[in-house]
Amino acid sequence: MDTHITSSFDVTRIRADFPILSTTVRGKPLVFLDSGASAQKPRAVMDAMTQAMETAYANVHRGAYHLSEVATEAHEAARGAVQRFLNAAEPEEIIFTPNATGAFNLVAHSFGRGMLKPGQCVLVSEMEHHANLVPWQMLRDAGLGIGLRFVRVTDRGELDLEDLAAKLADGKVGLVSLTHMSNVLGTVTPAARIARMAHEAGARVLFDGSQAAVHRAVDVQALDADFYIFTGHKLYGPTGIGVLYGKRALLDAMPPFFGGGDMIETVTLEHSTFAASPARFEAGTPAIIEAVGLHAAIDYVNAIGMSAIEAHERALVDHAMGALTQVEGLSLLGGAQDRGGVFAFSLAGVHPHDLSTYLDRSGICVRAGRHCAEPLHNRFGLEGGSTRASFGLYTTREEIDFLATKLIDARRFFA
Amino acid sequence: MNAPAGFDELQDLYSKVLRDLARNPAHRGRLENATATARGDNPMCGDRVEVFLNLDGGHISEAMFTGRGCEISQASAALLTELVRGKSPGEARALGQAVARMARNGERDETTEELCRLSVFSIVQRFPSRVKCATLAWHALDAALAGVKETSSE
Repeated sequence: MDTHITSSFDVTRIRADFPILSTTVRGKPLVFLDSGASAQKPRAVMDAMTQAMETAYANVHRGAYHLSEVATEAHEAARGAVQRFLNAAEPEEIIFTPNATGAFNLVAHSFGRGMLKPGQCVLVSEMEHHANLVPWQMLRDAGLGIGLRFVRVTDRGELDLEDLAAKLADGKVGLVSLTHMSNVLGTVTPAARIARMAHEAGARVLFDGSQAAVHRAVDVQALDADFYIFTGHKLYGPTGIGVLYGKRALLDAMPPFFGGGDMIETVTLEHSTFAASPARFEAGTPAIIEAVGLHAAIDYVNAIGMSAIEAHERALVDHAMGALTQVEGLSLLGGAQDRGGVFAFSLAGVHPHDLSTYLDRSGICVRAGRHCAEPLHNRFGLEGGSTRASFGLYTTREEIDFLATKLIDARRFFA
Repeated sequence: MNAPAGFDELQDLYSKVLRDLARNPAHRGRLENATATARGDNPMCGDRVEVFLNLDGGHISEAMFTGRGCEISQASAALLTELVRGKSPGEARALGQAVARMARNGERDETTEELCRLSVFSIVQRFPSRVKCATLAWHALDAALAGVKETSSE
């Protein structure tokens, strides 16, 4: 593990850890402002994955030989790193999934179909990523009598807590599934308070931490979350691995989703009995190399310190608020009090897709479209989508200023 | 594989011709009592083009469009409604195939006046993520001629 990084946040040194950040696009320095979609990777992650393949690779949980034991140990060490990262009580509460979407679908099947009762419903908000919406629509439409409700989002882009209370009032909500930080508005939701409200109404609560876990320290026990989901590739780790945290008692009561090898106790031709969590929910050969990469990514952010990362990003958010609101014709989506480094906006007279192409010529990578949150864009009357700049721990004030300058140029170009 | 497009190519992509088409389309609006219509959506970016056609004696006598989206998708729809008038369905489809070849391969074809005008989209080849913008309206045209109400760029 890298120990040269101290708590004094040195963005120049951090950027040197990410090989891609010193590359150029058409001779222009790369200005990567799309970390909310997927973050870049530090050398430490690449090295750990390469080293695992070069020296410690075999299938896990299977072979009674040294190499498989070493690989299994590394796999379970990664689980332990995730457990500590989320402050989960036990490593058995950490389930590896292919990505965040895989984790949502696992909960929708194992908990949704397995434990929700007819007449109960799932409660999501208007600002969810499609990954935290479509699986619940599919569950609602499966003919099991399970409903789906929506919490409103205020004009400021915050969760309407009065509406949340109202939607919980009849005690029919079995699961509240909400984002911990919006991938469009940047809004950070009051998760501990939401969890209290959900539990008082007899509901379980799931948080989508795909964005939040990258920007803030997460303590699932302090939040009293029943489920918590995040994904490796947004946390500077590899693609192909996500995480579902679930309280042990819940996981023990949930039926499996995928069936196959590694998730069973005994198998006859007619029947099988299932292993305990996490194996029960991890059928088949897992993402072995990716788990090593995720472990390295967690070590990397821990070495910098989540509180230092959070402080850096708070400063970036303040800076961006100043820089972006000076751009004539720019309207930010949402204006939440508590927000992270995600800024979606529209620019008068310039379509997001045209803007993205324009900025790309200057080396700036932003996302254009609806960012997998179509209902939210409709809610704000932006059926045609928005442009989004999202920050990582390597983002600098200079990059934000450069974006602001190029936005002004773009308005002139498309005038 | 060509090198990625540079800054000058922005000027080429957003040419005066293309921008005039996008901003001042001659045939924007719904065509009441259209004999064939279809809507094309790009689910990734939210672009939408709805094409309305009147087919009369085996030829397209009228063409209009509504929609929203980037300048490329709207310019393409605008040009479509100008060029397919008076064409048979087969001729109209062939123009759409030409647009797809131009946008994907950078092909230019100036053998007819229509193809010459469509060649404004050959620059899109330098912007691979924008090919679907150029072809969306033509997908909607194909769907309308096939009697399908909705289609997608995907």
